[in-house]
Amino acid sequence: MKKVEFTVEQVPCSTAPLKYDETLCIGCNRCAEVCQCDILLPSAEKGKHPIVMYPGECYYCGACVMVCPRPGAIRLSHPLMNRAKFVPVKKTEE
Amino acid sequence: MVEAKYSWPYGNEVGQEETIESDVLVLGGGLSGCFAAIAAARKGLSVTLVEKGAVERSGSAGTGFDHWESACTNPCSKVTPEEIAEAYVDEQDWYSNGIAHYIECREGYDRLLDLESFGGKIRDTEDEFAGAEFRDEKTKLMFAYDYENKFTIRVWGSTFKPALYRELKRLGVRVMDRTEATALLVEKASGSRQEIPAEKALAGMQEEKTTGGSQEESGNSVLRGIGAMGMNVRTGKFYVLRAKATVMAMSRPARVWLFSADTTGLCEFRPMQSIGSGHAMGWRAGMEFTMMEKTVRAEFSAAGRSFPPYGAGNNHNTWYAATMVDARGVEIPYVDRDGTELKTVSERYYPAPGQKFFLKGGVIDNPKYEYRGPETLDFEELMKRGYQLPFYADLSRMPEQERRVIWGMMVGEEAKTKIPIYQNYTERGFDPEQHMLQSYGTGWQSANFLEQERQFFGAPGGVMHDWDLKTNLDGVYAAGDQLYASDCAGFACATGYYAGRKAAEYAKTAPLGEVCRADVEAEQERLYAPLYVSGEDGVSWKELNMAISKAMQNYCGGVKCEALLKEGLDLLESFEQEIVPKLTAANPHELMRVHEVLDILTVAELVLHASLARKSSSVPLCFNRSDYPELDPENDRKHIVIHRENGAVTTRDVPLGFFGKLKTEYEKRNQDYIQEVAAREKG
Repeated sequence: MKKVEFTVEQVPCSTAPLKYDETLCIGCNRCAEVCQCDILLPSAEKGKHPIVMYPGECYYCGACVMVCPRPGAIRLSHPLMNRAKFVPVKKTEE
Repeated sequence: MVEAKYSWPYGNEVGQEETIESDVLVLGGGLSGCFAAIAAARKGLSVTLVEKGAVERSGSAGTGFDHWESACTNPCSKVTPEEIAEAYVDEQDWYSNGIAHYIECREGYDRLLDLESFGGKIRDTEDEFAGAEFRDEKTKLMFAYDYENKFTIRVWGSTFKPALYRELKRLGVRVMDRTEATALLVEKASGSRQEIPAEKALAGMQEEKTTGGSQEESGNSVLRGIGAMGMNVRTGKFYVLRAKATVMAMSRPARVWLFSADTTGLCEFRPMQSIGSGHAMGWRAGMEFTMMEKTVRAEFSAAGRSFPPYGAGNNHNTWYAATMVDARGVEIPYVDRDGTELKTVSERYYPAPGQKFFLKGGVIDNPKYEYRGPETLDFEELMKRGYQLPFYADLSRMPEQERRVIWGMMVGEEAKTKIPIYQNYTERGFDPEQHMLQSYGTGWQSANFLEQERQFFGAPGGVMHDWDLKTNLDGVYAAGDQLYASDCAGFACATGYYAGRKAAEYAKTAPLGEVCRADVEAEQERLYAPLYVSGEDGVSWKELNMAISKAMQNYCGGVKCEALLKEGLDLLESFEQEIVPKLTAANPHELMRVHEVLDILTVAELVLHASLARKSSSVPLCFNRSDYPELDPENDRKHIVIHRENGAVTTRDVPLGFFGKLKTEYEKRNQDYIQEVAAREKG
């Protein structure tokens, strides 16, 4: 079989599902290990957070946050259009 | 800023091949696949499980699920498996999977006990809800929906997948994460083709019709599954997976009508990579399908017309029976099936006077009178009475334990809610005692789809099978969402275990089949081809998926007719000829996505063929043919079972009640299991 070289580039998308806090992340890559959509690739630099290589393929399940040993190191946010509205309760006269 | 070029982190194993032999091969590592593997491993057989993601958190219930339906054999249940399974069959006008539903009703609770023994949480061991109306104080089990009959159990499903993963490891199952199964290995022998139902007594009511292909080549060959082929989606390594028996547990199709190139992961309800590869592999190998003509107007796609599941104000499923209010804060009444207004929150959880039980849950939408439970008034009636949009879910008006079990337990344990909804909304300041959550549009789904935007939802089509959950390919079994008219988590676990048990029995006496080298080489060539098409000249997986979904909206949307469907097939065939050879992938991840879209293309063709085969319209199948408008004529109230062999599409008819009397037929075939359960209960 003919040898083939792999290349990879971050595929941009109009939303940012996941953000890392570099001060908290220890680069253990547990998030990349469990992501079922495999959108995270380990950083080339040891100890650094993974790269969100395919943000548009995020399924917003939160498994990465659940498995993270350092609370707050990853944040998941819904696309702006999907942030459902809530308002203070209305008291009516019964 | 120019970033340094990032290099692929996982190595390159393209062209490397490994053969793995096992007694039982399981394709798919969601709930049903895990349970299939556990059942076979418990019988002492060698088991390999292949999963495209990572078993620890993969599948529709990877991050959890919150309630387990049809647990009819739990100690508090006041219903029998027969009552509930038969009710489902009747409710779905017999376009229902009686066999699988009965297995779910009969064995589901045993699987829940299994999950508990693996470390999953199924009861309120910390007494967080002590004294609640929905809790049984002795067993600490907590119930949802019908508090009288207690057959739906609230569970802490976020603990389940890691527990299953540990159990697979403990049992010595070979778990192959990040491995995509791409094709079945099939062996042909002389003799007559397997037909379902295999039993003579249940067969004999079929008529075969063949279209296209060569008559001489089709039919009359026994097909036997002897394993599968696949690929590591990080390195490109190729696998030949030889097995005596195979269980397919690979989800239902998706992204056939709904696609967003931008937020692809949100297109559908189920996970991004669950796109029906099992259906596609099965179809290519000659497997039989039924009800593939059934699709519904879409209900969920957070890439566009809906919100994150369980994340908008509603009173269904996880949120049953939330108090709903209108824009003015006026409460929307709940009524029972007779239209009687219910005065208290508690009454929303009990059957109507004279009703034994009611049905609620994943596939129950607008049930028949007999099974209809408490529900808020219809939208039209609300408008007539002057209620005003938008509506909200207002948990502050509910008793404390009901509020806390919806917001904090159910929203928290249901898939995609712990972080995306519970944690996220809490951080945004949502407090269920002080805020109400908005609903969008006019229905509980907070969604507004067009008629041509279709989805496989509400018990869609899938693999045809017999009482052993065996397909027409000898040695190949199916479970979970792979089955026709599938349902929820309990259905997946129960059918997975059952299929694994039957596959193990088969594997005990079956030999390993002989793999045809030409099949292996052809699959390798097919799999790797996109790696050799340069990005500049090639077509991306997204462009093809977008074209397929538009084609399906145009040619297989809300209204179907022969000419449209044939135009659709013609267009998809032109994609096969002209576009598929141009597909390009720069690494194994992209290659995985390309093959998903090729599977979507196959499924789209299957749907078009199935739609052509049904020459009438049908309410239960949500199927509208403008050239055959007659609704559900008696002659067409049947399964039209479809498969492809040597290029020819063949259909045969199977009566809707082919499964016979549920309890009798089940007990005929499962005495060993019945005795096992009895022994466990005694001991």
